[in-house]
Amino acid sequence: MVKGAQVTKDHALEMAWEIATKVPDPEIPVLTLGDLGVVRAIETVKDGRLVVKLSPTYSGCPAVQVIEDNVKAALKTKGFDCRIERSISPPWTTDWISEEGREKLIAYGIAPPKISSGKKPALFERDNPDCPKCKSGNTSLVSQFGSTPCKAHYQCDNCHEPFDYFKCL
Amino acid sequence: MGTISQNDALFEYLIRLADDHFILGHRLSELCGHAPMLEEDLALSNIALDMIGQARVLYQYAGEVEGKGRDEDGLAFLRKEHEYHNLMLVERPNADFAHTIVRQLFFSLYAETLWQALAVSNDHRLAQIAAKAHKESIYHVRHAAEWLIRLGDGTAESAARAKNAVVTMAPHIGEMFECDEYTTLLSEAGIIVDPSELEAAWRESINPIFAEAAIDVALLDVVPLTGARQGEHTEAMGHILAELQYIQRTYPGCQW
Repeated sequence: MVKGAQVTKDHALEMAWEIATKVPDPEIPVLTLGDLGVVRAIETVKDGRLVVKLSPTYSGCPAVQVIEDNVKAALKTKGFDCRIERSISPPWTTDWISEEGREKLIAYGIAPPKISSGKKPALFERDNPDCPKCKSGNTSLVSQFGSTPCKAHYQCDNCHEPFDYFKCL
Repeated sequence: MGTISQNDALFEYLIRLADDHFILGHRLSELCGHAPMLEEDLALSNIALDMIGQARVLYQYAGEVEGKGRDEDGLAFLRKEHEYHNLMLVERPNADFAHTIVRQLFFSLYAETLWQALAVSNDHRLAQIAAKAHKESIYHVRHAAEWLIRLGDGTAESAARAKNAVVTMAPHIGEMFECDEYTTLLSEAGIIVDPSELEAAWRESINPIFAEAAIDVALLDVVPLTGARQGEHTEAMGHILAELQYIQRTYPGCQW
């Protein structure tokens, strides 16, 4: 905060929310943390510091620490002193990715999560994503795990483009 | 054995579960850069990350429950071999790809069934950890199941190796469902589900996979090995710890 600026507590929280949700995801930089839905809450505690509650996407996601450090740094440059709290309940779900985020993913060449999560996929059930390039539904799974835990690797059988699919979680 | 407090039992249970995930995560991480193909290198490394991430939250919680100031690193790196209470299944060497896959299928099916049950635990923290881990474990099961089908129903060579791996891992099925005074105390308190209650669901899930893979389920009915939850290990464990603990033993308290 600019020194001497007359900001109310609510306004400060709003500013902090703007800053935190605009931080790009380190793995998929076209998405902001707001698009991903990992910023769960920002609160002020007694000593005036902020508590930012962030949800990790996967338990072992190596980006979690980087995300936390980046949020802290982004808020600090705007004068906010904060503490990060890891929030695992309710568990992060791909349903929290915003509509805007899904469109950004397609433009970036990643198919967004297709079926709504919360439903346990049957073992041999297939529900292939559409190709983010040519939009064909004629795609096949190359590997259940892509470049990061949150993605699977597919190939389009129509235009032959290999692409990542953001798995439902 | 004297009387066990619920706190002691919870610590012991969390350590068992954390050790399972930590040791298997470590085993899988050994394949980073060594898997048979690039896609599998990524897949096995990603599963390793999930498992080590799950182990971390369990160790953190275990350290708090114990209340003696041990943190996740202290629990993960500074215990002696007999103090690790993981399943012997998870310490089995990677051997060939079929062994890696069969070990993973056995464990991931167990973990998926277990996490689902623990998601409604009376212990709020454990329930939160379980709800998150359960969603991840579903993908681990699918990955291993699809590979076992490809191997079992593949060439004569891959089928023979898949069967061989099943024979090697089969004595480790029983240890996943063993009960003792700790699990009885916790299941009576509604904190965990009695491990023996998970076995039927596990077998029900594995049957269709084995049927597709053309592997005889009768191979699973062997005399089970026991003692893992009391700190017994196969020869492999010492070798794992030698590598795993090397840095912390050589440079105590080292951070990076």
